[in-house]
Amino acid sequence: MDLLDQLADTFFNWEEMAKVIPALLMVGLPNTLILAVASGVFGSLLGLGLAMMGISRNAGARWVARIYTDIFRGLPAILVILVIGIGLSPIAREITGSRNPYPLGILALTLIAAAYIGEIFRSGIQSVEKGQLEASRALGFSYGSSMRLVVVPQGIRRVLPALVNQFISLLKDSSLVFMLGLAASDREIFRIGNDAMANTGNLSPLVAAGVLYLILTVPLTHFVNFIDHRLRTGKPEKKEPDELAAPIGKGAQA
Amino acid sequence: MTEFASGTLTGKNLHLSFGHNHVLRGIDLHVEKGTTASVIGPSGSGKSTLLRVMNRLIEPDQGDILLDGRSVLKDNPDELRQRIGMVFQQFNLFPHKTVEENVSLALRKLRKLPREQARAEALEQLDLVGLKHKADSRPANLSGGQQQRVAIARALAMNPEVMFFDEATSALDPELVKGVLALMTDLAKGGMTMVVVTHEMGFSRNVSDNVTFMDAGVVVESGPPEQIFTAPRTERLRGFLSDVL
Repeated sequence: MDLLDQLADTFFNWEEMAKVIPALLMVGLPNTLILAVASGVFGSLLGLGLAMMGISRNAGARWVARIYTDIFRGLPAILVILVIGIGLSPIAREITGSRNPYPLGILALTLIAAAYIGEIFRSGIQSVEKGQLEASRALGFSYGSSMRLVVVPQGIRRVLPALVNQFISLLKDSSLVFMLGLAASDREIFRIGNDAMANTGNLSPLVAAGVLYLILTVPLTHFVNFIDHRLRTGKPEKKEPDELAAPIGKGAQA
Repeated sequence: MTEFASGTLTGKNLHLSFGHNHVLRGIDLHVEKGTTASVIGPSGSGKSTLLRVMNRLIEPDQGDILLDGRSVLKDNPDELRQRIGMVFQQFNLFPHKTVEENVSLALRKLRKLPREQARAEALEQLDLVGLKHKADSRPANLSGGQQQRVAIARALAMNPEVMFFDEATSALDPELVKGVLALMTDLAKGGMTMVVVTHEMGFSRNVSDNVTFMDAGVVVESGPPEQIFTAPRTERLRGFLSDVL
């Protein structure tokens, strides 16, 4: 019985949880969201560029995209975060005059996300039937306009579930920026839980942080399933029987 | 009904190779303004490729393309394609846009018409093909025949001088073929210049002014439909006709 009590106290010490919850919500949650959303948005923009390069007719552009993707997908996230966050900090200090590693954390997460998102976009764009580009070009649109108006919007729509999955990954990976040693006001969910654990020697604050992550990620995974299902089945309208003759032929009868 | 901006289209000695595969081996095709030329022949003979070369979706290796007697090979290919409408076997409507947006997209983005005016013109085109009431549906909710008529309206909206049809009825259920062929017949009789790649021998025989029989990348025989269908001069055309008729 003692053992059970001890376990309950280690993981579910409500007092310790209650103490950390304000900081988790007021500081950790906004910072985690800022890190994930900012790197998600910038990563999507960079990823779209990588995808366009990846399918380009220019072999040089394809190579650049390929090498970039191989590197940033092939390295552990924590290594990229440390290398960028520490390695670029003198340059960042030169430019911004600030020692704050926070922007570099966003940059590192962006560079990683772009590699994955670029591959997601590329597979989506390449899954659009060749006839779409052909029809658009036959209307007189240039390659660029055809991609922008016809092909890319369809490609992105198809990979929305994979994009949301990638965003879930970012939410979780944003915890790794704790390695860069952020100021107290810049700390995200994991770091706040971890600090409280270190201070109290009790795991409950980390459990609270974990619950907060789940509150963010579980609805998103269900949202993925929802849009995935919706994209596959659509919202069916009722079809009508085809009427035969079209009334264009006034000239034909004359 | 609307007047078509018909032009005369000529392909001269067109050659195209994909690697070692010599797909077009010196094709000549002349389509007089306001007439319909049909192109028939076995699968893989290069008919569909010929259409794509003549609107420069694929650039020919050799030869010339003339519209109203003037070579268009040095023109901007995007501008050339605005003058030549094309209808595909698989319709290729844009599934993420409504029927009306499919028709008005090029009017807005290429002709730079304001949204309202583009929509009005698109509705007019849809009315001509009998599908104005479907303007706000998605293509996926239309039958194949309806989709193909939208595709025709989309091409006509740009007021093209020539219309290409690439096996426009081959992907349709048999009962839907008639409606699309009727529309194509109306266009032909209305004075549109058309090049029709088709397996519909009835259409080729009864509607077109000139029939071109292609096989293995060359024009084997060309002439008025009576001659092609009742007095074929080559063994290859006789063989083909006996296979398909």
